[in-house]
Amino acid sequence: MPIFKYLRHPQEFATSLKVGLFLALRDIRRASFWTTGLIIVVMTLTFLNLVVVSGILVGLIEGATEAVQERYLGDIFISTLPQRPYIDQTPTLLKSIENLPGIAAISTRYTTSGKLEANWKVSRPPSNLPEEVGTTIAGIDPIAEDQVGGLSERIIEGEYLTADDYNEVMLGAMLLDRYLGFDSVSFPSLKNVQIGDKIRVTIGETAHEVRVKGILRSKVDEIDRRVFFNAAQLRGIIGRYDYNADEIAVKLQDGFDPLEVKRAMLARGVDKYAKVQTAEEGEPKFIKDLKQTFALLGNAIGSIGLVVASITIFIVIFVNAITRRRQIGIMKGIGVTGTAIEFSYILQSLFYAVSGMLLGSVVVFFVLKPYFTSYPINFPFSDGILVATVSGTAIRGGVLFIATMIAGFIPARIVVKQNTLDAILGR
Amino acid sequence: MLTAKNLTKKFESGTSELIALNNVSISVQEGEFVAITGKSGSGKSTLLYQLGLLDKPTSGEIFLNNKNVTNIDDDARTRIRLRELGYVFQDYATLPALTALENVMLPLLMLGEDKAQATKLATKALESVGLGPRLHNLPSQLSGGEQQRVSIARAIGHDPAILFADEPTANLDSATSQMVLDAFLELHRDGQTIIMVTHEPEYAKLANRVIHLTDGQITV
Repeated sequence: MPIFKYLRHPQEFATSLKVGLFLALRDIRRASFWTTGLIIVVMTLTFLNLVVVSGILVGLIEGATEAVQERYLGDIFISTLPQRPYIDQTPTLLKSIENLPGIAAISTRYTTSGKLEANWKVSRPPSNLPEEVGTTIAGIDPIAEDQVGGLSERIIEGEYLTADDYNEVMLGAMLLDRYLGFDSVSFPSLKNVQIGDKIRVTIGETAHEVRVKGILRSKVDEIDRRVFFNAAQLRGIIGRYDYNADEIAVKLQDGFDPLEVKRAMLARGVDKYAKVQTAEEGEPKFIKDLKQTFALLGNAIGSIGLVVASITIFIVIFVNAITRRRQIGIMKGIGVTGTAIEFSYILQSLFYAVSGMLLGSVVVFFVLKPYFTSYPINFPFSDGILVATVSGTAIRGGVLFIATMIAGFIPARIVVKQNTLDAILGR
Repeated sequence: MLTAKNLTKKFESGTSELIALNNVSISVQEGEFVAITGKSGSGKSTLLYQLGLLDKPTSGEIFLNNKNVTNIDDDARTRIRLRELGYVFQDYATLPALTALENVMLPLLMLGEDKAQATKLATKALESVGLGPRLHNLPSQLSGGEQQRVSIARAIGHDPAILFADEPTANLDSATSQMVLDAFLELHRDGQTIIMVTHEPEYAKLANRVIHLTDGQITV
């Protein structure tokens, strides 16, 4: 076992490492600039393959999760307790949380179910079903909702609601045929509804004619399948005169930990009347499952990249070692140990790998990540970003580092183990 | 100092067998300059490789300073080659990625010398073969004669007990060959033990003793 050999001659082992470094530095320094550059470019691309492919896959779901948090849940989401129709004592509860440290904005929402109807004034054959859609009706304070979720930026047609609007609504894009993009019994939609058109909203037994003021698309299903009224009007329609809400989304100032703020809310007894969750806790399970699935897929694809990187390094080092077989023989002939020669090749491999990783990291953190943050990939159901954490990237770099070390060692070992005289004489 | 008893080296190729050395015995004393001569294929280089521990004989024994080194493992052979032996190969065998100075420093560093000491000793060795001004040149920037002198400097830099040279003038013109031989003679005058393979009878005459091989056997 080589390890026992090193234990018997620790001084020789240390010297071999020193000589390996001496040889590696000179080999790297005097190698062809273009060859070295090409190998480093290959290693950079391999590293990017490891980090970016999985990062985009995870980012695709992360984008959706972030959208749900930013536009719908906020940092903390307060909802009704089980078996309760709404959040009891909402005004008292709001008073107790609004002056907590770290609160940036609070949006109180009132929701009910209802039915939308378009072209009900148009005559149609009795056999044709009316064009109607059952959905959630939400009453919001447009200013507070915009402060929490920035919905005004999501308007794709018409205008955002103002506090004075009455009998005016915003429609989520998925309620409209032209934005839904597919026919489905599960997702009925309205056809030919334009800005300014009147639609009929039926809540309970009462129907209201309202004008479509705006259409918004947020890529969050909970928003894009809703109709938005001014809260004051909806409260009147559903008779919620006690101001008890159905949902409260809380946005925090930057740097505040949602868990800490949640604890402060619980300390004030908010949980007696409502369920309090951080955005992460409120994340639907299927999203968590999807995240894990995509991370697994990313790792699987990354593993292929890792194998490719290992083979690349193996070939580079093998060709390098084979073409220098005679030099290796000469070195052994004059007393340079196999360990020193192997170590020099390992160091050369690591030089290529580390250079590739450094260059790749610069590309990831200073080019790709800022780019995708500014210009997310426009997936149909999310704005895809690049998820690349320093720790995750470091782990992938570490794996590549080890794979490279092995891929550099094996070919060097194969050549070093050959008969010294045969190597010198080239036979 | 170096003794070989009944050395035989056989090469097998398919069903045929070639006997390169046939029961050769030889003893070299400290300070001797021994020339091994013979025609091409006579086994002179093969004998040098066995004596220099670059190869293992099929049978027979080799003693270095009364220690049997015939069947020691590769690591031990490498250690002995590093500490006790020096080699000058026929075609210089310099390492192209290393300068003249670094080529000579390599065995010294392997012996555990620090960089400063290795540089000092390597510089001295290169100056002794007239390459003081070419320390930082790569082999590709040196002539054949200069590369061979780098090889000699590398072989003697660590002060080996025995210097082996395998046809060191084979690829050199006569003037350069003479320069290399002069270097060998000077080393010998300083007490260096040298075993040199050559097929040039006039170069062999410079040695204390000439061993002539014919078909793998000593004939003189």
